[in-house]
Amino acid sequence: MKNIKSIKAIKFLALLFVSSIAFVGCSSDDDHGDDHDHEEELITTVRYTLTNGTDVVILEFQDLDGEGGAEGTFDVSGPLTANTTYSGVIQLLNETESPADNITLEVEDEGDDHEFFYTPTISDITVSKDDLDEDGNPVGILTTLVTGGAGTGSLTIELIHEPTKPNDGTSINAGGSTDVEVTFSIEVQ
Amino acid sequence: MKSIIIGVLIAISSFSYSQNCNYIFLGEVKDFHDGTAIESATIHIKESDKYLISDLDGKFKIENLCSGTLTLTISHIGCETKTVSYSIENDVFKIISLEHHLEELNEVVVNSHLKTEGTSIEQTLNKADLEKYTDKSLGDALNSVSGVSSLNTGNTIVKPMIHGLHSSRLLIINNNVRMFDQEWGDEHAPNIDINASNKVEVIKGANTLKYGSDAIGGLILIQPKRYVARDSLFGSTMLSLNSNGRGGNVNSELIKTYKSGFYGRIQTSYKQFGDFEGPDYKLTNSGLKNINASARIGYRSFEKGFDAYYSVVSNELGILQASHIGNVNDLVTAINSRTPRVIEDFSYDIDYPKQNILHNLAKIEAYKRFKNFGKLSVQYDMQINRRKEYDLRRGDLANTPVIDLRLFTNSLQTNLNIDAIDNLKLDTGILVRYQQNDAISGTGVSPLIPDFEKYDASIYAIGNFDLNDSSELSAGARYDFTRINAEKLYNLTDWEETYNYDELFPQFETNTVENSKILTRPEFTFHNISANVGYSKQFNNDISLFVNYGLATRVPNPSELFSDGLHHSAARIETGLLTLNKEIANKFVASLERNNQNFGFSISPYFKHINDYIQLIPVGITTTIRGAFPVWEYNQINAQIFGVDIDVNKKITDKFNYKGSISLLKGENLTEDIPLIHMPSTNFTNSISYYNDELNQLSINLTHKTVLQQNEFPDYNFYTFNPILQEDVYVDISSTPPAYSLFSFNSSVSFKAFKTGSLKLELNVENLLNTKYNEYLNRQRYFADELGRNINLKIKINY
Repeated sequence: MKNIKSIKAIKFLALLFVSSIAFVGCSSDDDHGDDHDHEEELITTVRYTLTNGTDVVILEFQDLDGEGGAEGTFDVSGPLTANTTYSGVIQLLNETESPADNITLEVEDEGDDHEFFYTPTISDITVSKDDLDEDGNPVGILTTLVTGGAGTGSLTIELIHEPTKPNDGTSINAGGSTDVEVTFSIEVQ
Repeated sequence: MKSIIIGVLIAISSFSYSQNCNYIFLGEVKDFHDGTAIESATIHIKESDKYLISDLDGKFKIENLCSGTLTLTISHIGCETKTVSYSIENDVFKIISLEHHLEELNEVVVNSHLKTEGTSIEQTLNKADLEKYTDKSLGDALNSVSGVSSLNTGNTIVKPMIHGLHSSRLLIINNNVRMFDQEWGDEHAPNIDINASNKVEVIKGANTLKYGSDAIGGLILIQPKRYVARDSLFGSTMLSLNSNGRGGNVNSELIKTYKSGFYGRIQTSYKQFGDFEGPDYKLTNSGLKNINASARIGYRSFEKGFDAYYSVVSNELGILQASHIGNVNDLVTAINSRTPRVIEDFSYDIDYPKQNILHNLAKIEAYKRFKNFGKLSVQYDMQINRRKEYDLRRGDLANTPVIDLRLFTNSLQTNLNIDAIDNLKLDTGILVRYQQNDAISGTGVSPLIPDFEKYDASIYAIGNFDLNDSSELSAGARYDFTRINAEKLYNLTDWEETYNYDELFPQFETNTVENSKILTRPEFTFHNISANVGYSKQFNNDISLFVNYGLATRVPNPSELFSDGLHHSAARIETGLLTLNKEIANKFVASLERNNQNFGFSISPYFKHINDYIQLIPVGITTTIRGAFPVWEYNQINAQIFGVDIDVNKKITDKFNYKGSISLLKGENLTEDIPLIHMPSTNFTNSISYYNDELNQLSINLTHKTVLQQNEFPDYNFYTFNPILQEDVYVDISSTPPAYSLFSFNSSVSFKAFKTGSLKLELNVENLLNTKYNEYLNRQRYFADELGRNINLKIKINY
């Protein structure tokens, strides 16, 4: 009799085991087959457009499959003109979405938590920031880039999350964590 | 009953006669709480070194006593042992009350007498030890055992490590249920409320086959208490307050037992801390919040019984804000600056980054004994682990976790213990387990661990032979079948070019390719064999020798196979490999122990050789839109780990005791002839304690711990180009922090309080000298110092 009881208990436990699998199989937040999230937060493209009238230079970095996978590509449309004042606009895009997601808008909304930094290696290039966040500190989506004499070098563009604001204008002393860091080879002629 | 009376008579009659030796001592042993008589209590008479046992009414009688002092030590299962002294000048009647404390005796000895198996090499933390860590984690408590260290992320995420091995190389068995709480990542700590457990055993030796085949590091066994069958209601409440983090813990438990064998227990704890402090600064966003509860009901008799247990652990853990970094240049800045980049005023707020973990565990177990055969137990258990990790994110996703995984595990197991044959005990059992991981959608990133289903089936048999009165031999074998079915999107470039999976695993491919990603269905099947042999021998003078050999096999875990993504706190991209094979370890552990209060020791050398040891190491640098990142990949090498753990205890005087321990370990990567990464360095502790039973059980304890610098580490440092500075910078991720010494102070007193309760007060100071230090095995050592001084006050009421 007691043996039968324990056999019953075993059967009961076996039943529990099986039914729990069934239970999990149809529980509500199971979303099998539907959870291959798009990379919503991904930035695939950094595009810095410099304009002086009809003189337009575009610096673009594109890495469509994100971190890992294929390496990103750098593309500079042409040389900059010496002794010229360009107005600059930066755009961050997620081109895996269709249409492409404009991440710059998010940065603009959270301007007090973000700042772009532009660091040229050609010493007579200066970049000034033309926009302000809600606290009156620069964000750097809109810029003015002034070239001096001819030369070659690079321009590094960084987007820093939670920098010290205000800061001395250099990313080295701004702290924070890096969301974007791309370096373009540039030429002034 | 008759035998007790006979026992009492024999004890009495064996007294020797002398002059003036006609006095009688009548004693009655009662329960301190409800005044009921305690039968079968053992009474030891010091003067004559004789033993008595109390009768059904709790009474005992000593006749023919001489005038002078009579010292009695009364002990009973589940009670605190009590020593009383009387001066005998005439006949005396005394009532002696025993307290059935929740905790076991605060043993000074190195090892517990009660082992899980006779040949097992293990060390135990009892309830009193665990209570010291009431507001800490399991990993912190285990850290006090020699040979056990921990891999930390900050000070709240503490992963236990035995002999340098952690994560899925350690089995954690909670109430006879193997924990499955996504322990694979370095920054994933076990979800266990230390207050729910009564005893924790660390099994370094090989007797782990009953629980799994993959205990290459060892086994951590979290045991509940067995209650004495009697009608009683008791409980305790403990409050712990800390200066560092300005927080603490409150824990309460209530236990009801019945003479019939039924019992029930409920326990709940709440813990909250704000930002912790290093010696020089606040550790911004390092606070935590925990709510835990557990309930158990059961029935126990010799012949049959059952036990049902449910626990829920809810953890919200802040992660040091300064540890969130963007790329490798941020990492260099952090390493060079030596102060966190974010230091804010104290706050209880837990901001991003953080982890939210909810762990549910339920089990039901039943057993029945069969005459002249053995005991059959059946157990069903179920766990649901939901892990959400939040990072600093932009825009609409700011409040969305980057990792959201739900792991469901359930298993059914039986164990048959055959004890009918003299000198031989056999344990055999089968287990089936089904596990499902669900990467919850909506995180906006591809999941670090993909959806998978895992099926396990195991069978084992273990025999224990008593060779003679003093030696025992055990041997066992286990077979495991494991099948993993997963579904994962791969970057087409990674799949076809980087890892060449399209040629290695064409059978995993589906025809779905979108956004330069390919949908794959990897499937793996593993067959594992594991075995162990153990031998133990007892010598005179409380000395015993244990020798264990074990063969353990571990299947690569899902993170080693599939993980794929960026770890912000480490500034690295971690990539799993589908080509990984199982790990096979041969381990030898021996232990020579002397279990004695006056002078005891345990010397335990070990040697482990691991074939195809899976490790995560840096392999190169990739350029992303965030800048440069080192890529860390899992690879397999042959490894060996060997060392020795030594513990010593010595009674200095009646009231002073010394305890010390030292752990030495060496880990080698045999394939490349370099040291293994993340191996604990040599460390030793010394502790002097004073205990005075007459002064309200006053206990004072001073402990010192030194951790030496790890000089044997693999050099994975590299250079990276910093475009802002226009120069190559050195990324020193491998160098180890210098040696450090810490002192701590503990004190406690106990009072009788209310009618039937007791009150215990404790005052403790950790990091007494406010020493500034870093620990090699803390992943956040690049970003901030370890904790500074903490003053802790604990109040415990037993009722």
